[in-house]
Amino acid sequence: MAGPMRIRAATADGVTEVRVLMSHPMETGQRRGGDGQPIPAHYITELTAKHNDKVVLNAEMGPSVSTNPYLSFKFKGGASGDTVEVSWKDNKGESRTDKVQIR
Amino acid sequence: MNHQRRDALKTGGGLGIFGMLVAAGLVKPGSALARDQKVFDAKSIDEAFAALGAGKPEASDQVQIVAPDIAENGAVVPVGVNSALPGTESVSIMVEKNPNMVAANFMLPEGTMGEVQTRIKMGQTSDVYAVVKANGKYYMAKKEIKVTLGGCGG
Repeated sequence: MAGPMRIRAATADGVTEVRVLMSHPMETGQRRGGDGQPIPAHYITELTAKHNDKVVLNAEMGPSVSTNPYLSFKFKGGASGDTVEVSWKDNKGESRTDKVQIR
Repeated sequence: MNHQRRDALKTGGGLGIFGMLVAAGLVKPGSALARDQKVFDAKSIDEAFAALGAGKPEASDQVQIVAPDIAENGAVVPVGVNSALPGTESVSIMVEKNPNMVAANFMLPEGTMGEVQTRIKMGQTSDVYAVVKANGKYYMAKKEIKVTLGGCGG
């Protein structure tokens, strides 16, 4: 159910821009299904992005983030061919890590 | 009619459900608890500020919220925060009228720029707050986003 993330990292003028599209239902726990029963909350709580081995972003999320969360940020440095690694954890303990090379 | 007994039963029932919730909370893996749940449970903007340790953030024109004035679909509202403040350490996005007010906190280590974009859900037209911590002080910006179709339910 949690498919791979789509990550793009591109560097220009010494700044690397990272864009991440995660695949996640991000259920708030407020909705009810067709049978009237609440749908249990299921959302990403934490995300970490690393450039090579250095952390460039830590994020904490709540259920107010959209389904299939999108995130973009920029950091200084980064060269073509470097690795950007993004991992998330959700409130059910599922996690996922994907890597991409900076273009 | 013994009202006291009824009340006792009600309270008991309430506690039972509460206990179950706590138990459900406890079965979460320890790692998920590293996040400060208090911040995300905040029920008012002031509470959210307090939980962040932000107190009363100072309004600053160095913090900008990049978002549409009118969002047609509340389920996907693109929101970006740009902070021109030097030494920006964290960025938080809050939606005043959402049941889960705090959408996200971003911790930006040195070298990461004060520019983040994401997409959030909005149940209804509301003020959206961006709280930025820079050099140990908190600053904020606020923008009203009108929602024509709510993002919760359905």
